[in-house]
Amino acid sequence: MALAADRLETLLPDHKPALTTAQARAEAGRCLFCHDAPCIAACPTGIDIPLFIKQIHSNNVLGAARTILEANALGHSCARVCPVEVLCVGDCVYNVKGEPPIMIGRLQRYATDPAVHGGIQFFEAGSSTGRSVACVGGGPASIACAHELVRMGHRAVVYERNPWRGGLNTDGVAPYKMQAEESLKEVEYLSAIGIEWRLDTAVGDDVTWDDLEAEYDAVFLGLGLGTDSGLGIPGEDLPGVWGATRLIRAIKTGAGSLPDPASLGAAVVVGGGNTAIDAARELSLLGVPEVMVAYRRDQDAMPAYLHERGHAVEEGVRFVFRTLPLSFEGDRRVEAVRLTALDHDLEPTGEPYTVPADIVALAIGQARLIDLLDQVDKLDHDWGRVIVDPDTGQTSNPKYWAGGDLANGGEEVVNAAAEGKRAAYGIDGWLRENGGR
Amino acid sequence: MIQRNGRTGEPIDLSIDCAGIRSPNPFWLASGPPANSSGQVMRAFDMGWGGAVWKTLGDPITNTASRYGAIPYQGRNVAGLNNIELITDRPLEVNLKEIAEVKKKYPNHAVVVSLMVETKDEWRDIIKRCEDTGCDGFELNFGCPHGMCERGMGSAVGQEPKVLEEIAGWVMEFASIPVLVKLTPNITDVLYPAMAAQRGGVDGVSLVNTFKSVIGIDHDTLSPIPSVGGEGTSGGYCGPAIKPIALHMVTRLGKAPEFHLPISGVGGVQSWEDALDFLLLGASSIQVCTAAMHYGFKIVDDMILGLEEWMREKGYSRIDEFVGKALPNYKEWGDLNLNFKIVAEIDPGTCIECQLCYAACEDGAHQCIELPKGTRVPRVIEEECVGCNLCQIVCPVEGCITMVERDTGLPRESWNERVAKGTAGAGSLH
Repeated sequence: MALAADRLETLLPDHKPALTTAQARAEAGRCLFCHDAPCIAACPTGIDIPLFIKQIHSNNVLGAARTILEANALGHSCARVCPVEVLCVGDCVYNVKGEPPIMIGRLQRYATDPAVHGGIQFFEAGSSTGRSVACVGGGPASIACAHELVRMGHRAVVYERNPWRGGLNTDGVAPYKMQAEESLKEVEYLSAIGIEWRLDTAVGDDVTWDDLEAEYDAVFLGLGLGTDSGLGIPGEDLPGVWGATRLIRAIKTGAGSLPDPASLGAAVVVGGGNTAIDAARELSLLGVPEVMVAYRRDQDAMPAYLHERGHAVEEGVRFVFRTLPLSFEGDRRVEAVRLTALDHDLEPTGEPYTVPADIVALAIGQARLIDLLDQVDKLDHDWGRVIVDPDTGQTSNPKYWAGGDLANGGEEVVNAAAEGKRAAYGIDGWLRENGGR
Repeated sequence: MIQRNGRTGEPIDLSIDCAGIRSPNPFWLASGPPANSSGQVMRAFDMGWGGAVWKTLGDPITNTASRYGAIPYQGRNVAGLNNIELITDRPLEVNLKEIAEVKKKYPNHAVVVSLMVETKDEWRDIIKRCEDTGCDGFELNFGCPHGMCERGMGSAVGQEPKVLEEIAGWVMEFASIPVLVKLTPNITDVLYPAMAAQRGGVDGVSLVNTFKSVIGIDHDTLSPIPSVGGEGTSGGYCGPAIKPIALHMVTRLGKAPEFHLPISGVGGVQSWEDALDFLLLGASSIQVCTAAMHYGFKIVDDMILGLEEWMREKGYSRIDEFVGKALPNYKEWGDLNLNFKIVAEIDPGTCIECQLCYAACEDGAHQCIELPKGTRVPRVIEEECVGCNLCQIVCPVEGCITMVERDTGLPRESWNERVAKGTAGAGSLH
């Protein structure tokens, strides 16, 4: 499905634009080519980073892309969306030396752009094994799993309830890291080796788990997390009070009736995780003059990455800590948030006060898909987090595998990619041993 | 123009005399594209260069497009440069007029004219006409390894000591100003052509000219680089990559007891430190081409300021006080002390844990570094360390790995001394 041309994300700049050839060669030349390189160990998908950088330096850019995509099919989006500051780049030995670490993410982007944009394929479908696998959920975990399965010769069919492909890569990633268009290009590129898609198809509603089990030899669960959680306080259903992921989806895809942020005066974002920071930065960059993040604990307890918080502060986002909303107020739509300060035991203290807010984003977590998971026979989960074998990704129901946010509780795209690949190997091994149907 | 810094102390005099050619500092533009016209040479003198060797005069030629190819390395665009450009393509009259203009305006700068013609009559004629410009000396281009050598000139002369000596003899018959011979490195031993030049009676030698080279192939068109419409040829290699080989050749002449002529050092000089290497090994002037082609004439600022600073630090006030001063420390391998021992030491405090030293020693040298469990900081196994330097060379942190002397308690002893004593078999060679 084509995305709305006037979707808000297109107004935002690319915060890490493409390197020129001269920049890439110079940066690649700085890489020390460490023995037993810490950057590789820091990458959940184990990309041979010094090797692909050496390949860029030796003018073998497509070879670099092959090295990246062999380890991580989602390497094109990971180059843009990975929190490299806490992964590969964070472990670059140049940090120890007190010099700028290698710009690994941007070099990775430099390598994959020509391949993905030019449709240059390095891999193809393996000769058919006659087996087929359903991958439920159309995000990075399922795509990584399906890509690997197709390479092994299995048929892989991805079920996605939205009309677009790519999951959070398409509708959830901060636009200044990657816009939806880029995610769709990547999915197109990866699907070209033979991944099949069933869009607008919600498993549990449009097709049943029994249908899947009847049609496929195995099922991979890459459903991610559910809808945004609420606080359960008065005024939460006023127009203008958004769940953060729904708000971000509206910015990225045009879905939903989001007012022009430039016409708004103030925003309040509730929460302290990376989604809260994303929502706050996006609103601020789109022109909301006053953006406040209210977090109920201390600054040090904030789960959001320090570097992301730093960017938010630079962009003018204001943070208040140990602060909790009591209600959302307004006549026909939200106009203000009533807040209270919390003491060290997180109990309300002092007089409540109100701040103006034309828009509110709740980033306090996402619902678990407990009801949906309970429809599957003998599927063990810990309050919605599916329990898997750490080596194979297999669940307690031997026909089911899982990976991504559904199994890890909510991590990065690169973790989902690694777990999707892990499950593909697990499924392949199981199919070989068990002869399928 | 550089700003002299205002430090007090002994005034620094950079002026030199190389084979009777004087200049206010040792830095001359070498014969090549940067010294092709009066506009360039005068601008260079204004910016601080002490002299220039005018791009070779001779019979008019036609050049090709393109002409240059470069080897980039580690983010630098020019580690080595190759060219297939020939001698000047401008009319002789224009060059002579411009040389006279430059000399008139810059009487104290060195203007040396590079020459390359064929017959004795041609040499007589061109020397006469050049001397009328007031130039300070000649440099005989017996080194160019492309284009002209196929016509019996350039390196074709430099590779034939007899021919070299004969032509040098003609030139000395006609010239009344100092004459240098520019030597080609495309030979087995530079001493042979150098001795031929000395026998021919010239006043000095310049070395080295460029190395015959193929820079590479364009992997799409399969044309050698630089490409002339899809085809290419061997060119002359110069730039930083050739400096160590040029230094060896300068040293070869500096150490040969039978060779007595002054040397103008050429080959890959990019900085004052490069120039100092040539001076310490016996060159009394320095010629620079590729660095000026890469960075422009301003690069001389760094050369002058750096050399002055080093001289101040070491207590020298004139260049000739240290020309050739490193030559006594240059020994034949057989005279080096086999009982001198150094070992590597890694400073864990500055180690960034890249383990390049481990990989280099384990795979590329002598397996004397280990990776202890529980840390990423490598450890030198001192009893195994042969003191080869490789770990220190690859370490990206300055000062992290040092080579530390260990007293072996043994007296100085060289291989040649062992041979003399009849104990040469004792002691293994790596």
